[in-house]
Amino acid sequence: MTIITQQHAKELLSKVLKFSKADECECNLESKVGGNIRYARNTVSTSGQESDLILIVQSTFGKRTGTATINEFDNASLEKVVRRSEELAKLAPENEEFMPVFAPQKYTKANTYFESTAAVTPEDRAQAAFDSIAPSKKNKLIAAGFLEDAVEMSAIMNSKGLFAYNTSTNVDFSVTIRTEDGKGSGWASGNYSDVKLLDTAKLSSIAIQKSKGSADAKEMEPGKYTVILEPAASVDLLQNMMRAFDQRSADEGRSFLSNKAAEGEDAPKNKLAQKMFDERVHIYSDPQHAIAPSAPFAGNGYPLNKIDWIKDGTIKNMPNSPYWAKHTKREYIPSNRNIIMSGGDQSLEDMIKSTRRGVLVTRLWYIRALDPQTLLYTGLTRDGTFYIENGKIKYPIKNFRFNESPIIMLNNIEALGEPQRIEGSMIPPMKIRDFTFSSLSDAV
Amino acid sequence: MERRDFIKLGSAGMGTLMLPISGVAISADQLLDKPMDVAYKKKLADIALNAAKAKGATYADARIGRYLNQFVTTRESRVDNIVNTESAGIGVRVIANGTWGFASTSNMTPDSVAKTAEQAVAVAMANSKFQTTPVQLAPVKGVGEVSWQTPIKKNAMEVPIQEKVDLLLSVNDAAMQNGASFISSRLFLVNEQKYFASTDGSYIDQDIHRLWAPFTATAVGKDGFKQRSALGNPVGMGYEYLDGLEKDKVRIQGANTGYHNSYDMVEDAAAAGKQLQAKLKAKSVEPGKYDLVLDPAHLMLTIHESVGHPLELDRVLGYEANYAGTSFATLDKWKSGNFQYGSDIVNLYADKNQPHTLGNVAFDDEGVKTKEWELIKNGVLVNYQATRDQVHMLGQKESHGCSYSQSWRDVQFQRMSNVSLRPNEKDLSADDVIKDVEKGIYIAGRGSYSIDQQRYNFQFGGQLFYEIKDGKIVDQIEDVAYQSNTQEFWNSCSQLAGKSDYRVGGSFFDGKGQPSQVSAVSHGCPTTRFDNINVINTARNV
Repeated sequence: MTIITQQHAKELLSKVLKFSKADECECNLESKVGGNIRYARNTVSTSGQESDLILIVQSTFGKRTGTATINEFDNASLEKVVRRSEELAKLAPENEEFMPVFAPQKYTKANTYFESTAAVTPEDRAQAAFDSIAPSKKNKLIAAGFLEDAVEMSAIMNSKGLFAYNTSTNVDFSVTIRTEDGKGSGWASGNYSDVKLLDTAKLSSIAIQKSKGSADAKEMEPGKYTVILEPAASVDLLQNMMRAFDQRSADEGRSFLSNKAAEGEDAPKNKLAQKMFDERVHIYSDPQHAIAPSAPFAGNGYPLNKIDWIKDGTIKNMPNSPYWAKHTKREYIPSNRNIIMSGGDQSLEDMIKSTRRGVLVTRLWYIRALDPQTLLYTGLTRDGTFYIENGKIKYPIKNFRFNESPIIMLNNIEALGEPQRIEGSMIPPMKIRDFTFSSLSDAV
Repeated sequence: MERRDFIKLGSAGMGTLMLPISGVAISADQLLDKPMDVAYKKKLADIALNAAKAKGATYADARIGRYLNQFVTTRESRVDNIVNTESAGIGVRVIANGTWGFASTSNMTPDSVAKTAEQAVAVAMANSKFQTTPVQLAPVKGVGEVSWQTPIKKNAMEVPIQEKVDLLLSVNDAAMQNGASFISSRLFLVNEQKYFASTDGSYIDQDIHRLWAPFTATAVGKDGFKQRSALGNPVGMGYEYLDGLEKDKVRIQGANTGYHNSYDMVEDAAAAGKQLQAKLKAKSVEPGKYDLVLDPAHLMLTIHESVGHPLELDRVLGYEANYAGTSFATLDKWKSGNFQYGSDIVNLYADKNQPHTLGNVAFDDEGVKTKEWELIKNGVLVNYQATRDQVHMLGQKESHGCSYSQSWRDVQFQRMSNVSLRPNEKDLSADDVIKDVEKGIYIAGRGSYSIDQQRYNFQFGGQLFYEIKDGKIVDQIEDVAYQSNTQEFWNSCSQLAGKSDYRVGGSFFDGKGQPSQVSAVSHGCPTTRFDNINVINTARNV
């Protein structure tokens, strides 16, 4: 199946809206076309292709809203899905927090689509897997990996005449390469919009190097260490923190962004405009970002533009819902955006060179929240943890469990490196002092 | 050709819940539409099997599935969302040239089904170029035409929406009246109508029901906020689980109430409100070594993470190395016959026949009759969980029946069975276990859980923590998590309650594989004691 063009999407959604008898109607057309290949023990284990196109219709009568979906597109089916959403709306309870759909909006263009990625074939995927397995076999190591690519299309139209359309491409690759005796393990990953940037042989060579280099790890005492976190090691902690950015929960006193209620006050206030982090911390979203672009509109058609969340270590904005924005007389700020963290110009090597005593962390695993109030998380290092002494990697060390909060981490910054794309975000390598490792793990 | 995405539940910006369920939205009435006629399913399955054989498959199976879900979400006095979904189609798996191939479609015309089977053979042939060792299947004798249904008393899909909404709103009210500032409550219902046929001569029709009713309540105090989640369990039962019968309650002196085969959600929410107020005032734990007494609604997850996952054979062999990880419980340890996984009172077993559990079926997703088998006997590792194409690697001739796929669309693979801890032959109560502890902590409910990729080092939290002094529960305490190593932990197991205390908990959305698939699995256990475990304090100043 191919991706529907903007013109085709417009015509189809206009046809759907003509069937509507509701006070308001909003239609989303979404599709995903792509494929994947998985391998383990140096051989392909599964491969698959997927192709989806779905229409979601939301109808509203007064404050009652119903949603129905369908994957057939003849006229009778289109009318059926509209009628079904209207029937569901009539049966639904009134939503006290109902908000009307948006009027037409203006969007900036985001460079999210690459023809090269849309043209990936099953043979290309098999070759990419082979390029990863072959060097692993040559080095008498065992590779397990996964490659997934997709083209996604998203279009929205509503009864007030709003229309938005975007296509994007994405490629995700990761590989774990282990020694035959199970004493060493290395990992590498790549995430791009343009598949031309993917080089599974090169990424696998990083995993091979880490696998060999991590064998026979030594034990170190848990405690507070200066750490150099590769982007893969900090991305999940930062994404978790940004997911917890929400004005309503902050206003209601149940967030790390809530202030305690002051003497004589009934309700807590949020931490907007307060400095919470080291002044080098700048985290923002930007659909036009050159390396990690994202769709220029939210699922309800509201335009997304560049916005600062944290600048100079200070909380600049918090996402909210249209209802909560109106309720608190603030601007509506949609959530779920790409996360871009500014960094510096140091390479990972520069950061290692300037470290007297520290730990290099490839990635973190099984991260779970311990306290939503302090954003304390636990998890473990994995697939390449090394001791640094006097500017050099000295030897591999056993994995640690950490108990740490990104709030503390972003107050203990020693240096920031050049940001890299990972999981759709831009994250710099970071040198952090006093990172808390609480116990040792025997896992390789 | 369906939405393979996450279904959004809850209002935007308020911790929207993302569920890994695919399907199209339908009306509640359509949940009760009659399943496809069995004779027609057999006809379609035969078309698939014959088409695969004609193209050169040496084995084929076809799974025709209709997957129904209903989710109701509420917060405080409001209904957030009611979602009903349906997903139907056929998945065909084959062996050709000694290699697996799989294809699926939602278009169930005879022509489309035949083409899908042919496509599965083509995939197998293409992938066979990379294959080094041919697939070796453990034999399964065809069972002919059989059917099975989860033993339910009240089909939850038939209960009117209004009754479900009324229950959840009364749960919310009970929590708010008793000290909660906020609450969100939910009801998840699943009905899998699965038909399996294979070239071994089996035609198996199964109707599977599952239910889960969780909530999370929050109390905001002047020094911050605390949360408490529901102590009920996800189950393989009908709506009767929510009857909340008195006979199914286990009251722990000075602490919480536990639940057997029915759950009083309103009572639990009221208790949560009171316990939240106590949490706001509770003292912070002094870190150090304690004897832990773990409630079944907590210990189930420890079993899941530290026994269930490491004893999955695909992890042991390295098939999950790039995602979930491998396992410390390697084949050499098992072969030694004396690997002491736990103390000699520790007996863990797998059982997909146990009623009321999430994993309860009569046949797995490759037509293997389900059974019970030992994993750890008197503390010693004795077996793993495996599928038809894996058991030969253990020198065994019979599959354990651990194959599962989350839908017709995804290929089936090895998933965790129900894994449970046998109770003490002496029928001790939870209070009997607590009474011998001098300095300890009693933990109830599942909290934060994290374990390394080979399942050695773990750290678990909970919902409720009580200090035990000289055999008595004294105070509610806070900020507790325990850290241990799997083998050390199970070897420190020193006491178990008996059969009357044995309760079953479970995981409704357990993820594994790339692309990831969910499955549901239960774990039964009695209240159990572990000695001298390292407890840390999770409070931090930021």
